[in-house]
Amino acid sequence: MTEFNSFDLTENLVELVRRAATILPADMEGALSKATKKEDANSAAEGALNTILDNVKMARENSTPICQDTGTPIFEIFYPLGVSTRKVADQIRDAVAIATERSYLRPNAVDSLTGQNSGDNTGIDFPTMHFHEWDEDHIHVDLLLKGGGCENVSTQYKLPNGGLGAGRDLEGVRRVVLDSVYQAQGKGCAPGVLGVAIGGDRGASYIKSKEQLFRKLEDTNPVPELAELEERILEEGNELGIGPMGFGGKTTLLGVKIGALHRLPASYFVSIAYMCWANRRASMDVTLTDDNVEVQYA
Amino acid sequence: MRRLTVPISDEEIRSLHVGDTVYLNGVIMTGRDAAHKFMIEHFIRQAPTPEEQPLHDELKRVLDGGVIYHCGPVVKKHEDGSWSFVAAGPTTSIREEVYQADVIRYFNLKGVIGKGGMAGRTLKACQEQPAVYFHAIGGAASLIAQSVKEVVAVHKLDFGVPEAMWVIRVEDFPVVVTMDSHGQSIHDKVQEASKAKFEELLAA
Repeated sequence: MTEFNSFDLTENLVELVRRAATILPADMEGALSKATKKEDANSAAEGALNTILDNVKMARENSTPICQDTGTPIFEIFYPLGVSTRKVADQIRDAVAIATERSYLRPNAVDSLTGQNSGDNTGIDFPTMHFHEWDEDHIHVDLLLKGGGCENVSTQYKLPNGGLGAGRDLEGVRRVVLDSVYQAQGKGCAPGVLGVAIGGDRGASYIKSKEQLFRKLEDTNPVPELAELEERILEEGNELGIGPMGFGGKTTLLGVKIGALHRLPASYFVSIAYMCWANRRASMDVTLTDDNVEVQYA
Repeated sequence: MRRLTVPISDEEIRSLHVGDTVYLNGVIMTGRDAAHKFMIEHFIRQAPTPEEQPLHDELKRVLDGGVIYHCGPVVKKHEDGSWSFVAAGPTTSIREEVYQADVIRYFNLKGVIGKGGMAGRTLKACQEQPAVYFHAIGGAASLIAQSVKEVVAVHKLDFGVPEAMWVIRVEDFPVVVTMDSHGQSIHDKVQEASKAKFEELLAA
């Protein structure tokens, strides 16, 4: 019987990284394209969006990174019973090192004490990996490349927040999320996508907010009140007029995705993962066949 | 469409206004967090050591009337030892706000390229120098790398690839003036307008 542990997925993982770094997902490109038509003709906003779209095309055709900040690689790995997660983790580390060598990734892992760049994107808890065992019989890997500029404007609020008149309810969530968009201005490379988590402890809340960024722009939140809030914040965020790159304009956000977690009675956190327009996500599925594995990318 | 070649004259700088699209040509240098900290601590706050004098003089030469670019590129090293730029969009400039005004004055910079804009001290230095802030399109890394025709030199590669100072020759590098030498900043205007709208949304 064949089993996953006897296969080396390193080269497939390199391909996953290459795709994430160089091919913008179709939903993101489509949304940018639509946004171009909404901006005033010959405005700085329209110019910025056109440059972005030209760049997306060029990156895909030349297989070069969309953005030079290839960010923190965040891997979410879903695996069936019996897969050695330690082996997969080793292959992921090897894959990012190879992808760096091939210039798909910038060397981005810096020792916080010495300032030394490791040169190959590996280091302490770098890249980020989260393993989830599931009931399916195949392996699924999601990858997000989360840039530093937008990570720096990502933030967390503790409700209630008197200054913003934000209580412990969805209206409070709306207020602090809009504040985060206002505070970010163009610095997170607008137009952005917001991943929002309500609840959890501080750590779980941030992780949940990033997980939201894997959702497709056109999906609908299964929780009706969250779906409604997503739509409202998307609309109001765009009314702020910050625009692409903060040049002013109609397109500040391309999507808002919200998830909720249980929380302590004492705590009510709202975490906002701001993702730049280069919302670089890619995934792969690995299925066992009679004597091999079949890998599909999306 | 406006083309400028480095070194840029004071007259050319004074003729630029916020909103102008410019295509930059000539030799510029990348410099971000580590480079700015280094220039301040090793060259500006104190005289360079004898070992660092050659680098100091070289930067003085490259940056005189020149442009510094907030960028940490993806590069490729070729078998003959030469380098090329693969991806090279701007990084967030505001982190250099504490250093930028002094660097502009000391090296006689005429422009800074980055993204997200900068604040009051830099805007004031731009008025006095004169100099301008050029906004490149954040994330447009493959496209901008195409305008980098040659890597002329690299300094302080021990800072790591993103933080090193890369001296590059660019052709028609597309940027927008968002802070000019007349005290105008698009960033201030957009922030004010969005603040008013934000307050309106919270009051509703």
